[in-house]
Amino acid sequence: MADEITSELFEHLVDLAAFAFDPEEAEYLRRELNNQLKAIHQLEAVPLDEEVPLASHGVPYPEQTRPSLREDVWQPCDNPKEILEQAPQVEDDYIIVPDIPHTELE
Amino acid sequence: MAILDQSAYVIAYKVKSGELSAVAVLEAALERIAAVDGRPGALDVGGLNPEDETKVHAFITLTADRAREQAEAVDARVKAGEEVGPLAGVPITVKDIFCVKGTPSTAASRILANFTAPYTATPVSRLETAGALTLGKVNLDEFTYGSSTESSAFQPSTRNPWDTTCVPGGSSGGSTASVAAGEAPLSLGTDTAGSIRQPAAFCGVVGLKPTYGRVSRYGLIAFGSSLDCPGPIARDVRDAALMLSVMAGKDPHDSTAAAVPVPDYLPSLEKGVKDMRIGLSPDYMQITFPNPETGEMERQELPKEIREAILHAAEILAKQGAEIIEDVPMPNTAYGIPVYFVVSRVEAASNLHRFDGVKYGFRTQAEYQDLREMYRKTRAEGFGLQPKLRILMGMYVSAAQYSEQYYARALRVRSLIRSDFEAAFDPEGVYRVDALLTPTTPTTAFKMADIYGDSVLMQYADQLTVPANHAGIPGISIPGGIDSGGLPIGVQLLAPDFKEETLFQIGHAFEMATADEAWRGLKPRVLREN
Repeated sequence: MADEITSELFEHLVDLAAFAFDPEEAEYLRRELNNQLKAIHQLEAVPLDEEVPLASHGVPYPEQTRPSLREDVWQPCDNPKEILEQAPQVEDDYIIVPDIPHTELE
Repeated sequence: MAILDQSAYVIAYKVKSGELSAVAVLEAALERIAAVDGRPGALDVGGLNPEDETKVHAFITLTADRAREQAEAVDARVKAGEEVGPLAGVPITVKDIFCVKGTPSTAASRILANFTAPYTATPVSRLETAGALTLGKVNLDEFTYGSSTESSAFQPSTRNPWDTTCVPGGSSGGSTASVAAGEAPLSLGTDTAGSIRQPAAFCGVVGLKPTYGRVSRYGLIAFGSSLDCPGPIARDVRDAALMLSVMAGKDPHDSTAAAVPVPDYLPSLEKGVKDMRIGLSPDYMQITFPNPETGEMERQELPKEIREAILHAAEILAKQGAEIIEDVPMPNTAYGIPVYFVVSRVEAASNLHRFDGVKYGFRTQAEYQDLREMYRKTRAEGFGLQPKLRILMGMYVSAAQYSEQYYARALRVRSLIRSDFEAAFDPEGVYRVDALLTPTTPTTAFKMADIYGDSVLMQYADQLTVPANHAGIPGISIPGGIDSGGLPIGVQLLAPDFKEETLFQIGHAFEMATADEAWRGLKPRVLREN
């Protein structure tokens, strides 16, 4: 099991998360991440049967308590203008972003 | 008694009967806020002045105009003899993680500081329809990520009304402090690991985490989607029950809001605890946490005053006719935090990818060449350190090569935590308890800045509350005493899925039976000095 988030791995995570840090912040964050990992490693001591299911939620979600699916009908939004007004850059009701860099897919 | 020191139940009763006007209630609330709250949280405020250190600072945004319109509407209906809702004229505060239309909805983060919500969260709109007056949005840890409210980008962060050198707890610290200081009788909070119950304990108020799915999450800015629960904060159990009855129930906007009927909680309050089985577990009388010096895990008994408060509560309930079942094993309690370090981080990382400077919120003012650089600069400037830490951890433990050993394992241990509760509550099992009685927190409120920055120790403040979030069951924290330092001690009750009624019943019986105890007469220091 990987025991430590190295500087290289940290840089990779920072890139995936689309962040940027100064060295001081990076040091604090990497230290805290590794401290949290130590706590997470406690879980290795838990004896786990193959049959123990993965719980993605706690309370059961049976059909009786699930809301029924609604009809698939078009419901217009009553305030699209207000929603667009929240965007940092809009032109002719289009949200504007800077150039999207091209990457070659392998 | 001052208007704002009365319960929501009494205020609504008086407003409905015409004895008190909603506008008068609002005036009283605004006066109280002016007396105790100090300046509201804001970005980039620099240092604190000495006066800041004596104030509560619950608010980020005061919405007095909205509340005034609501109050005038309530009064007009009363005057016209029309029906008004069960919260007629009751001032409420809303944790600033809920969207309220036309109101800044910041999540206490720079990245949403300029965001004005285009719609209102379901629990808020239900409270407003019931006649509540929305005073405004109150402070929290940034995106709810903390247990002290100190990580808010909006400073000064909230202080504990019992002792303003202490934290109010968190993340719903602004909510619990505003209720403790009598700025509002009710507040809407959220609980993902204990964020309602822990600050309720620290501020000496009642806080309920409902069953997952009991209250709609529509309009709640998401953190841990499988754990988040909106819930009521109040000064007594009746008010919490009243508030839940207004908010709970299915919602076409949230498919996880369960289609389970909402009982009328108020009549059952008086049923008492006779013949109820209430469990105590040794696993909740200790905590396991990493020694800050060595990093080694250590097990420690809880402070004597906290243990004694729980045993005292058990005695009181036994005298009322409950049967106390000792030694209920909850062996996986200590794994609640390690599981949370994985599960909540994965969910947070997933939920926080939407904040990118494109659709809403903050966009960097720095120069950028392309989209990716804009994302990086926006997120680097917009998020504080705690959200960044959570996103990075979430990405790490869910990465393809590690997810089996971390994420899948954590989800299996989550099953075990749920099994502990199922075994304790099983009507055909060995223990057959109606509820568990535990401390809410391992300590009373800690000093400002004492723990902040140590993300591991801070997380362990939630050790006794987080198992209920993993399991999805409801839990309530009620005041159970005051320690020798003058700070409130919280008593927690935990019940099976959708049995909030049981929690209210026990909590109310405890309140009635302890009404004459000396500590009940004590008031938060900010109210003694005013």
